[in-house]
Amino acid sequence: MSNGTNMKEVGATEPIERMTMEVDIACAGFGPAMGGFLTTLTRAWNENPTDPAFESKTAPGMPLQVLCYERADDLSASVSGVVTRARGIRASFPELNPAEIPMAVEVQKERVLYLLDPVGASRRSFTLRAADAVLRGLGRALGIQDHAFELPWTPGFLHKQGGLVLSIGQFNQWVGAQLMASGLVQIWPGTPVSQPLIAGKAVSGVRLADQGVDKQGAPADGFMPGMDVQARLTVVGDGPVGAVGRAIDERLGLPEGHARREWALGMKMVIELPEDSELEPGTVWHTFGFPEPEIFGFLYVHPDRLASVGIFVPSWLGDPSRTAYRYLQHYIQHPALWRHLKDGKLRSWGAKSLDESGRVGEPFLSGDGFARIGEGSGSTNMLTGSGVDEAWTTGVQLGEAVIELLRAGKPFSKESLAATYETRRRASWVERGAREAQNARNGFHGGIVKGMIGMALAGLTGGRFSLRAKTPPPQKHGASPIAGLDPTKLATLAQAALAGGRPLHDALLSARGWPEIELDGRLLVTQQDALLIGGKVQASPGFADHVTFPDTQLCAACIQKTCISMCSGQAIKLGADGLPAFEREKCVHCGACLWNCIQTEQGPRAHIDFRAGAGGLHSAEN
Amino acid sequence: MGNVLHIVVCAGTVPDPLQTLEPITGPNGPGVKNEMMLPAVLDPWAASALYEAANLAARNPGSKVWLVSLGPKAKLQQVMMTVAQKVSFELVPIDGPLGGFTDAHATAAVLAEAIAALPGLDLERLLLFGGWESATRGAGVTLQLIGERLGIIDQFQGVDQIDFREDGSFEVLERVEGGKHQASVCMGTPAVLGWATGNLAEPRNNPQTGMANMRTIMPALQRAKPAPLPANGLRYISVALPKQQRTTRVEKDMTPDAIARELVEWIGAE
Repeated sequence: MSNGTNMKEVGATEPIERMTMEVDIACAGFGPAMGGFLTTLTRAWNENPTDPAFESKTAPGMPLQVLCYERADDLSASVSGVVTRARGIRASFPELNPAEIPMAVEVQKERVLYLLDPVGASRRSFTLRAADAVLRGLGRALGIQDHAFELPWTPGFLHKQGGLVLSIGQFNQWVGAQLMASGLVQIWPGTPVSQPLIAGKAVSGVRLADQGVDKQGAPADGFMPGMDVQARLTVVGDGPVGAVGRAIDERLGLPEGHARREWALGMKMVIELPEDSELEPGTVWHTFGFPEPEIFGFLYVHPDRLASVGIFVPSWLGDPSRTAYRYLQHYIQHPALWRHLKDGKLRSWGAKSLDESGRVGEPFLSGDGFARIGEGSGSTNMLTGSGVDEAWTTGVQLGEAVIELLRAGKPFSKESLAATYETRRRASWVERGAREAQNARNGFHGGIVKGMIGMALAGLTGGRFSLRAKTPPPQKHGASPIAGLDPTKLATLAQAALAGGRPLHDALLSARGWPEIELDGRLLVTQQDALLIGGKVQASPGFADHVTFPDTQLCAACIQKTCISMCSGQAIKLGADGLPAFEREKCVHCGACLWNCIQTEQGPRAHIDFRAGAGGLHSAEN
Repeated sequence: MGNVLHIVVCAGTVPDPLQTLEPITGPNGPGVKNEMMLPAVLDPWAASALYEAANLAARNPGSKVWLVSLGPKAKLQQVMMTVAQKVSFELVPIDGPLGGFTDAHATAAVLAEAIAALPGLDLERLLLFGGWESATRGAGVTLQLIGERLGIIDQFQGVDQIDFREDGSFEVLERVEGGKHQASVCMGTPAVLGWATGNLAEPRNNPQTGMANMRTIMPALQRAKPAPLPANGLRYISVALPKQQRTTRVEKDMTPDAIARELVEWIGAE
């Protein structure tokens, strides 16, 4: 490592002197993929501590300098309760004992439930209503209980038998502790990376976010320009809405025929189950059909009477008043779930965006000086609904490739990374699964029934057959007019909502027949309370607003303002001037605003600038 | 300013105050439910002491700051990844149990022993810093006990400011009743200072400071010796969280007067 200063131009006239530091490998983002990468690298290093391959080229005489920067304030502040087959994770930890990882347990029992609508407010098609009527009519014969129909058979591609139920926050903490204890790599939380350092098509490191700035990013008290970290290799694992990955995509574009067109917002609660709960640890439920046909849900039971319960609100839910928190509250009150959750207590809450494009959204996996791993590299398998294990495995593959290149004394060039990392990935089960899944969800743009048929077709034929569909860009998914309400009533609702400080989407759901949520102060709490008692959301001072709206005229003309309805933390609200107003203190960095903005400047780029920022969730149980 | 100071800061780790804490009684006595899986931070009171120590050391060239911390090695490691980016110090980790319910005398004995054994420490130049209170349990005696074990007579609590003079004496402002400070002049080191909040803002995360600190922190953590703390017959009859009533609302445009009025009404309604 060597240090220095560097003069950079920021804006047109303002030169800022930045500190620089040279390292061998700079990593952006710490999640399962980065955990896999660093675990693989440090394990080989530990086994051969005197191997000259692990000597630094940037600081001769020193060991390899590997730094990882994580945006969140703690490695455990991630959000995802997951069920995973853990194939790649177990390959890295053959002796893995789930009891060593808090909230981890082996999968014991899986169910797939179709949830009927006991409320009558769900946006169901005629076909679906007819099917529901048939199910209700045959209820006793089909074993329908609590308005739920358990599928008697579930295809193998959905099974997670032998896998693990995990809290990703706890898993990251467990992996991170081992990595830091090795003393070979450094992982710095609370350190957002603002952008990659790009020259032409080559990446030469990362720039950390400026501190001591005002909301607009202008220098203020205690200004500390973000350091430029020059690196021989930049490993990009900052997720689907990460600033580094998106900046590289903007510069290089995506490979021909690739596009990120499908997203979902995953929102969940960690619930302390009542003392007399009959749910056994390792229980896994997958649900669909409620609160809207397009919304999938889950219930995973951890040890110690904790359960992760959540929903996925997809971009193809063609409704501009879509929201997640209110839907989640209705979801947990479905009789099939409520019978187990009633008298439970909210312990944690959180949300994140999921890139559901899979392989279709895969970016350039590597180039001169950089490599992409994890969800942001398109590794999520949208057929099996699995991402953590795939992300971990892509990290392992890059780790093996880097070790090979270090030992061969080769540079981290486009060619050498393609020959090592990409070759490994293309030959692996991750790639095979991604290819099987890449058209599996096409049918959902034609409705839930068509979507399920398409998924089954792809899953049962190993991807050889699938439905064709023309997938619109995500900005168009929510651009449809607000259905079911005449303009006069809509205007009245909008005015009343604005005057009462109530979000419009909330009023719209009530107008459609969804009952008001009766808060109990334990499990059913206001969204603001969920931020504080569940997500423990916090924003560090001295950072700029990371969500901005470059052209207020576009926002003023936008009727739907889906950015507000889909904001997980109510961090974007309608200001008194009728424009979206951002409050950094409430943001959980889920990135939903990015793909829910229906106003586009040009091409697929949304009219929201979503940058790297510190703070967000502080919950360790997510 | 020409005083070369040896400043030792005693600071424990505590669960991130944003977490929901739940007291439980386990086989080893009271504790916090799932504490090992909760994210931890440096005790906020002691963190103020650390920032003041670093500031003081920077203004007195040749001075040095040690951070002595007793807690599970894994928690210390986790907390250091944030604290190390703030200010420069040398970590002296002691691998022990989670804090909060240990015997203050046993804790003080372990910490005093570790401080006395610090290579290069000049006891005549020593300023022993720590928190006036603790976010885990306000026993408020550990720092004094360490001072006594080290033979330091001059002790100050609730400190918000220290100003050194050319002759090596210093003035200390301690919090007293009525929102006022008591000013004391001490002829010189050694002294014990239990800090309140001080006057410094939390330093920004500086990656270079972090990198420099890590050169000594990681080896120190790997060498950290276990220090089981005897209970010394300490027994808790009951443990409870302070009574809480939560009414949450985020307001950004209320005037201070309006906020104050509402708070008074809210408190009065209790």
